Amino acid sequence: MHMKKLTTLACTAALATLSGAASAQISGNTVKIGVLTDMSGTYSDVAGPGTVIATQMAIDDFIAEAKPAFKVEMVSADHQNKADIASNKAREWFEREGVDTATELVTTSTALAVMKIGKEMNKVVLMNGPASTPITNEQCNDVSVHYTYDTYALANGTAKAVTQQGGKTWFFLTADYAFGQALEKDSSAVVVANGGKVLGSVRHPFPASDFSSFLLQAQASGAQIIGLANAGADTTNAIKQAAEFGVTPKQQLAGLLMFISDVHSLGLKNAQTMYLTTGFYWDLDDETRAWSKRFFDKHKRMPTMVQAGQYSSILHYLRAINAIGTDDTAKVMAQMKKTPIKDFFAKNGRIREDGRMVHDMYLAQVKTPEESKGPWDYYHIRATIPAEEAFQPLSESRCPLVKK
Amino acid sequence: MEIFGVPSALLGSQLLVGLINGSFYAVLSLGLAIIFGLLNIINFAHGAQYMMGAFVAWIALTKFGVNYWVALLLSPLIIGAVGVVLERTMLRKLYKLDHLYGLLLTFGLALIFEGLFRDQYGISGQSYPVPDLLQGGVNLGFMFLPIYRGWVVVAALTVCFGTWFIIEKTKLGAYLRAGTENPQIVQALGINVPLLITFTYGFGVALAAFAGVLAAPIYQVSPLMGSNLIIVVFAVVVIGGMGSIMGSILTGLGLGLIEGLTRVFYPEASAVVVFVIMVLVLLVRPAGLFGKA
Repeated sequence: MHMKKLTTLACTAALATLSGAASAQISGNTVKIGVLTDMSGTYSDVAGPGTVIATQMAIDDFIAEAKPAFKVEMVSADHQNKADIASNKAREWFEREGVDTATELVTTSTALAVMKIGKEMNKVVLMNGPASTPITNEQCNDVSVHYTYDTYALANGTAKAVTQQGGKTWFFLTADYAFGQALEKDSSAVVVANGGKVLGSVRHPFPASDFSSFLLQAQASGAQIIGLANAGADTTNAIKQAAEFGVTPKQQLAGLLMFISDVHSLGLKNAQTMYLTTGFYWDLDDETRAWSKRFFDKHKRMPTMVQAGQYSSILHYLRAINAIGTDDTAKVMAQMKKTPIKDFFAKNGRIREDGRMVHDMYLAQVKTPEESKGPWDYYHIRATIPAEEAFQPLSESRCPLVKK
Repeated sequence: MEIFGVPSALLGSQLLVGLINGSFYAVLSLGLAIIFGLLNIINFAHGAQYMMGAFVAWIALTKFGVNYWVALLLSPLIIGAVGVVLERTMLRKLYKLDHLYGLLLTFGLALIFEGLFRDQYGISGQSYPVPDLLQGGVNLGFMFLPIYRGWVVVAALTVCFGTWFIIEKTKLGAYLRAGTENPQIVQALGINVPLLITFTYGFGVALAAFAGVLAAPIYQVSPLMGSNLIIVVFAVVVIGGMGSIMGSILTGLGLGLIEGLTRVFYPEASAVVVFVIMVLVLLVRPAGLFGKA
């Protein structure tokens, strides 16, 4: 009896020493998370202040569940969608302010810039807002994770479903910059692979507000489907004006990148019956509803997939540090990649060697005003796209980290 | 039938769309030209005032159930009154200084207005429905013309030419023009020149708000809708000749047409073409097409 008590005591002491040693391996005994996002520009409703709130929720929840020996802090900044501002801020954070990870990073150009700084200074980069596939292909590195979605998954979800349901001829309305062109390219490939045909495309300046000229060209093409390879205000304006010019409902629109905030701002009357692909919807099950309600109470808006993904990625990162007791970048990355992600956002997520987090995506169709029960009740989930099918397969990867 | 490889039906529809956009340019550049011509102020807040016009209409509809037609009058009055207050409290102090001061002040105001609306309503914008009376469209054979767009052209041109008539052909307009040429003498004749100038600024701002209400059912009503447009409108004013009333109306319409054509032949350049024309005009006629050197 005595012996058993003694052993327990000894074990406890040993454990305490161990965890003491572990926390000593966390620089300054503080994990500092930087949220670098668009706080006031085009993407501030998609990411922006909502991701700051989501990050704080993740930190609070982590501290409550793990009672860690180290402190967790958050800093945030507005990168204004400019790569130079983003990289200067990230450098300042890493060099002088002891920030351990730069996160969120909506718009591809800022993401790519900060990934380079992260690699150079050996710090973790967690991306949720940016969409382009080069992040986990040509430009991939071993300190970065691309978490929520990318253009491949969007094209693969929406373009595939629409083509398979009989939308065989396509015309693209494309924002004339890297993201729009990437989205058009990825989507065209999917359309053709599923037996469809691309009749043409028109590149509009970014940003644009009047789409009537471009829509008339799309109308004249006679295509069944008009693919909107743009985002944000460009997409919402194009959808609104398509209805005005009688383009819809004769021809169908496919929004290749739409967030719930876009649907909310358009209203169901304008957006109804459109297909879109999303990584998250608040009304999927009890878990998503519970979390989203907490988020709504703080932000007064339902979360976009970027905001929900931000929470999930921060929690995954903090749990990894807690499990191994160090914030050493290589070890944290290895732990994050090793551990499956299972929470309200990702039911069966995992981070691949190219930095891509793969998880189930959802094909949604926007409800009609009659079908909706109230604000934010916007989507029918038409299909769940399994994680392994949703994202670009590793066999097609152009990332040097992928061993073939 | 094809013209330069483009079906003539498509060309016709693009010209019509260009005319519609041109009428927006015309109303906005007219307001700027009046303010510059009579007050010597480069009103950089014009885009923000256009945005506020659209927002007032949206708020009136969603919060108070005020319909489009009332808003078309009410919103310019409210935003015009805001303009009057700005002129009385701030702009007035700058008339004797360099143009740059007015530009900086109004630019700062524009950023503040946009920031306030962004803080309150977010960036994605709000949807304003087309009024019931103007729903639907007519098939013109070569294109489907939404009735609302047709209304925009009619309303914009009526307001533009009405304004031109008041300033160029009426006694009130004569006072205005004289007041800016030589305020002392006009004042000596018993006319309240400062009041006239306040009224003019208010009217210019009201024109921006009017364009905002016209635009609300077409575009998403968003805090940045004006800042996207204002640079083009400035180019229109420069091409037409700063301060020329008729010049700004005609240039607005003309550039809308040219932009429409660019969208058919080389869409990527459609955002730039106005500025290319501006450079050419400045090289050949620095005072603008209709300006007096």
